[in-house]
Amino acid sequence: MSAAGDGLARRGYRLIMRSVRAHPLAHTAALIGALGFVATTVGTAWLLGWITDNVIIAEEADRTGAGVAAALLIGVSVVSGISVLMRRWFLAMAELRTQRDWRRALLHRYIDLPMDFHRERDPGELLAHADADVNTATMVLKPLAFAVSVVVLVIVTMGALFAAHPLLALIAAVVFPALAVISRFYTRRIEAPSAEVQRRVGEVSEVAHESFDGAVVVKTLGREPIEVERMRAASERLRDERIRVGRMRATFEPAIDALPTMGAVFLLLVGAWLVGRGSATPGDLVLAATLFSLLALPLFIVGFFLEEMPRSVVSLERVDRVLQRPVGAAAPTGARLLPEGPLGLGIEDLAVGYGSRLVLDGVSLQVRAGETVALVGATGSGKSTLLETVAGLNDIARGSIRLSGVQFDRIDPAEIHDAVALVFQEAFLFADSVVENVDLQTGSAPADVAAALESAAAGGFVDGLADGPATVVGERGVTLSGGQRQRVALARALVRSPRLLMLDDATSAVDPVVESEILANLRRDLDTTVLVVAHRISTIELADRVAYLAGGRIVADGTHDELLALDDYRSLVSAYEQAAAG
Amino acid sequence: MSETPDIDLGRTRPSEAPAGARSAPDRAGIGEDLDGAATEPVKALRVLRRGIAMSPELRRGVPAIAAVGLFAAVGRLIVPVMVQLVLDHGVLGADGYQPGVVWTLSLAALAAVLVVAAASRFALIRLVRMAESVLLGLRVRAFEHIHRLSLAAHSESRRGVLVARVTSDIEAMALFMQWGAYSWTINPVLILATLAVMLFYSWQLTLLVSVLHLLLLPFLRWIQRRQIAAHSRVRDRVADTMGHTSEAVSAAAVIRAYGYRGAMRARLDRAVDRQYETQLSAFKWWAFMLPVVDLVSSVALAAAIVAGVTWSDELGIGAGGLVAFVFLVRLLIRPISEIGEVFDNTQAALAAWWKVMGVLDTPVEVVEPAPDEARELPDGPLPVEVRGVDFSYRAGEPVLRGVDVAIPADADVAVVGETGSGKTTFARLLARLADPSSGDVIIGGVDLRAVAPDARRRGIRMVPQDGFLFAATIEDNIRYGRPGATEADAAAAVEALGLQRWMEGLPAGMHTPVGQRGGRLSVGERQLVALARAQVADPGLLLLDEATSAVDPETEEALAVAMAHLSQGRTTVSVAHRLSTAERADLVLVFDDGRIVEQGRHDELVEAGGAYARLHESWVGNTRRAAPTGR
Repeated sequence: MSAAGDGLARRGYRLIMRSVRAHPLAHTAALIGALGFVATTVGTAWLLGWITDNVIIAEEADRTGAGVAAALLIGVSVVSGISVLMRRWFLAMAELRTQRDWRRALLHRYIDLPMDFHRERDPGELLAHADADVNTATMVLKPLAFAVSVVVLVIVTMGALFAAHPLLALIAAVVFPALAVISRFYTRRIEAPSAEVQRRVGEVSEVAHESFDGAVVVKTLGREPIEVERMRAASERLRDERIRVGRMRATFEPAIDALPTMGAVFLLLVGAWLVGRGSATPGDLVLAATLFSLLALPLFIVGFFLEEMPRSVVSLERVDRVLQRPVGAAAPTGARLLPEGPLGLGIEDLAVGYGSRLVLDGVSLQVRAGETVALVGATGSGKSTLLETVAGLNDIARGSIRLSGVQFDRIDPAEIHDAVALVFQEAFLFADSVVENVDLQTGSAPADVAAALESAAAGGFVDGLADGPATVVGERGVTLSGGQRQRVALARALVRSPRLLMLDDATSAVDPVVESEILANLRRDLDTTVLVVAHRISTIELADRVAYLAGGRIVADGTHDELLALDDYRSLVSAYEQAAAG
Repeated sequence: MSETPDIDLGRTRPSEAPAGARSAPDRAGIGEDLDGAATEPVKALRVLRRGIAMSPELRRGVPAIAAVGLFAAVGRLIVPVMVQLVLDHGVLGADGYQPGVVWTLSLAALAAVLVVAAASRFALIRLVRMAESVLLGLRVRAFEHIHRLSLAAHSESRRGVLVARVTSDIEAMALFMQWGAYSWTINPVLILATLAVMLFYSWQLTLLVSVLHLLLLPFLRWIQRRQIAAHSRVRDRVADTMGHTSEAVSAAAVIRAYGYRGAMRARLDRAVDRQYETQLSAFKWWAFMLPVVDLVSSVALAAAIVAGVTWSDELGIGAGGLVAFVFLVRLLIRPISEIGEVFDNTQAALAAWWKVMGVLDTPVEVVEPAPDEARELPDGPLPVEVRGVDFSYRAGEPVLRGVDVAIPADADVAVVGETGSGKTTFARLLARLADPSSGDVIIGGVDLRAVAPDARRRGIRMVPQDGFLFAATIEDNIRYGRPGATEADAAAAVEALGLQRWMEGLPAGMHTPVGQRGGRLSVGERQLVALARAQVADPGLLLLDEATSAVDPETEEALAVAMAHLSQGRTTVSVAHRLSTAERADLVLVFDDGRIVEQGRHDELVEAGGAYARLHESWVGNTRRAAPTGR
């Protein structure tokens, strides 16, 4: 649904219908409660008129009448209370369920969208969508049932007014177009600033998330005062925008408030004039004034509803911009196409880009099942992109990938995840136990987790943690060093017994002694195909073959000794040796 | 676990430092307020009292708003009374229709409506201004406080939860400021004014109506406690959802590569569902409250009618008086239900306020010295002296034990040891990212705890393992190394490190945007930027925490030369995992299990045949197995 060009009322209607269609029962129950309240409101007004005439202004004190009146008043109030309870409870349910739906849909989308989406979007902004935007989008639902029900009140009141005198009904009728004009003027002016407020909320969230994410660097740079200034500036922009919106509201709200009272005064003027002319009785006028006071509530509620509408609409549109992005992921087929045992890998003329820039351009590489191939190349040559693409993280612009001869896009993503494991250089650990970080819900036996940790040379330090493998580690914390985190992340891959294991400089922060221990363990414990990005001679030497990557393609492919004949390769590798050894 | 609401913020100010910081700080419970649920019940009055004390902005705006609120409330009361007067005297009076009276009173009522509208507008604008400046102040203070917390507190709180404290919680308060606050400024006045008018007709009936309404107070108290507790749980759940969301977004690559989508979806669904359930259960009090309040008002109205009719002679209230009185009781109902309406909103805001206070109450472990006691660092290379330093994170195992070492100015020191031996922690203490549990760190002859924060930032620079970059250009990120650094400074730093060639290869050179966390650059490239950032700072003490672990060796070759330049004219302490660093160093410190077990020059230590010699041997075995030919 395109927002542009469509009136706010139409967009608001669509928002409401999305919620109503999803939760018809809760909305209906809330409406029934609201109608009950309207009925009791009319009933109370009528009852008070009756009590005034028959009990209070009676010729002599009528105690029985007073008792009956009291009982009736309380009785009506009980019915009214029950209907209010019903309206509020189901209203809250409808609103919160809608929030839950939209929040879930949004979070699912965060998970389902391709990596590209996350590369371009700010985490703080995504957080703001899931929190503030969803909350604001459902705000208009709060007065919905009430606003609908008070329409009945308006009709009843107008009918009674008309019976009293058509001219009096006419005055009341003028008030509603006035409300419509005021609110139309308001919603038009408020839309853009409301959208701006939500954007600013997102911006504050972005600053907060980035700043806390980089807390260590902020501390080491002594950048706290500057970060605080950045937060202050973003908060000030939000404040200014909120004040702008607040000023408009400060005009709209009192106007809506004054409308029925002003109507009442005009009603009196005209009514009194009619009474003076003898076209209406004083009783008609009193009744009209009472009825008119009942209209104040609908005006207030409808005004409130119209006030919320623009904010909700623009917030939902922010959410929708994410929801409408195509997921583009291959649908699970459930079929198992890959053979048992180590997988072969065939890459033909592969091109992959970020945005318009091609990072890989014509990569061709054949890896036999069970072979260990080292990827060597300078920074920015596309090594990580190649591994990410084989792990299914990137869209393929051109060319093909086959696993053991099976075309990549025909394989169920779940089967790829089972068979292929990529260990990143940057180890991300969840704020969870070491065991869960390794297991990631594969349901591995504790012994398997322990064995994987052992292979990754992490068994020793993990056992030394306060609660051993059950110790909860932080997202990016100080509890573990960089090398320790990499080892836990490596165990995560090993516990799955991958049939194609890809290591993207996954031991860069591990010290050389431990690294050689890990590599020895891998040779001993694993029967798999390995593709490894290597910076150390020791790693390169473990490989059966070396693929040398430069400028987004494989320029040479052979054993380490064969490749040493190439000048570029030789100087790169000797630089590695030089750097490692000094 | 233990919230620390009783700590008066005023007392944790820097005035205590450095003397107070010298003793081992009590680490128990620190940071737990950020993530964990509060076990102590939230007390509305205490929140208010402390909240007002914390936000000076709140007091400044109040008098004007209260005055206008009073005015608006009286105005609101005048209008219906006038309508009644027109009916009574201009239309229904003994003399029948009185155009003069009707016109006069009607115009007066109209004028009152306009004045009330104008006053409300003024009050609303003032209110939104004040509210927004209170929220701004609170948000910025909470944000600042979070940055002052220790690394341990940061690592134990999930990002999303910290973000929730400065966004979602503050937004919950903003919602109250938009709806609830105005109601609280005018409705109590309206209630009191109505009661005052009622007194003219009959003090006994007024008393009856008041007493009946006062019966509501224990009920309100009862419900308020439950509401605020329920909303406090809501805040926890919202923060939890944000924590999981933040993880799901930050771990996007891992989730996709490991087929963790299903499990992550289930985890998020669980968080969202739990948030929904807590919110719905908080709303039940909201749904339940207004009917009860309305019922009591109806009972009061009924009682007034019964009593008025029954004892009209004793009370001296005629039929006309009773009609007017009933009218006033009905006027009373609206402000009372309006307060009932915003009551929930109010508790939600108080609960959110409480959460933000929890952040502000988390004690700061690294306390900066008072400005008048703060000392400067000398210029040039800084000598380091570490005396009897012990350190442990929180209540954990000691990470450093009895570390003593003296590093002369301009020395080049390598710190080696196995992972977990305390190397990184040692470097962190030199940068004052934490204070020792006991013992002293003296830099440039000054106790580090007494060094002015600005002087420390200028004089001491640490390059951490974490190659985090801000989502800006490379040039911006380099300039962040020193406040006021220019583009020329950044270019000079790149040149000094010999990074021009690399820089020229990037799409937009120095102006290449680096993306979130620097994600568009490789890990090695990020570390290059971090090094250039340190070069710009020109510190007297440079601390490198495995800062070059991922630098591509071809780049590192050039960098090695530049590092020699970089380390010149300053003291350098490198946490090393490369042999070359240790071999070149003037002094090697060998850490094992939190102690310095050996120190000396590389060749001396190899000679000595101790721990370092063994480490060196395995390093050599690993990295120099086969020298490539052709050199």
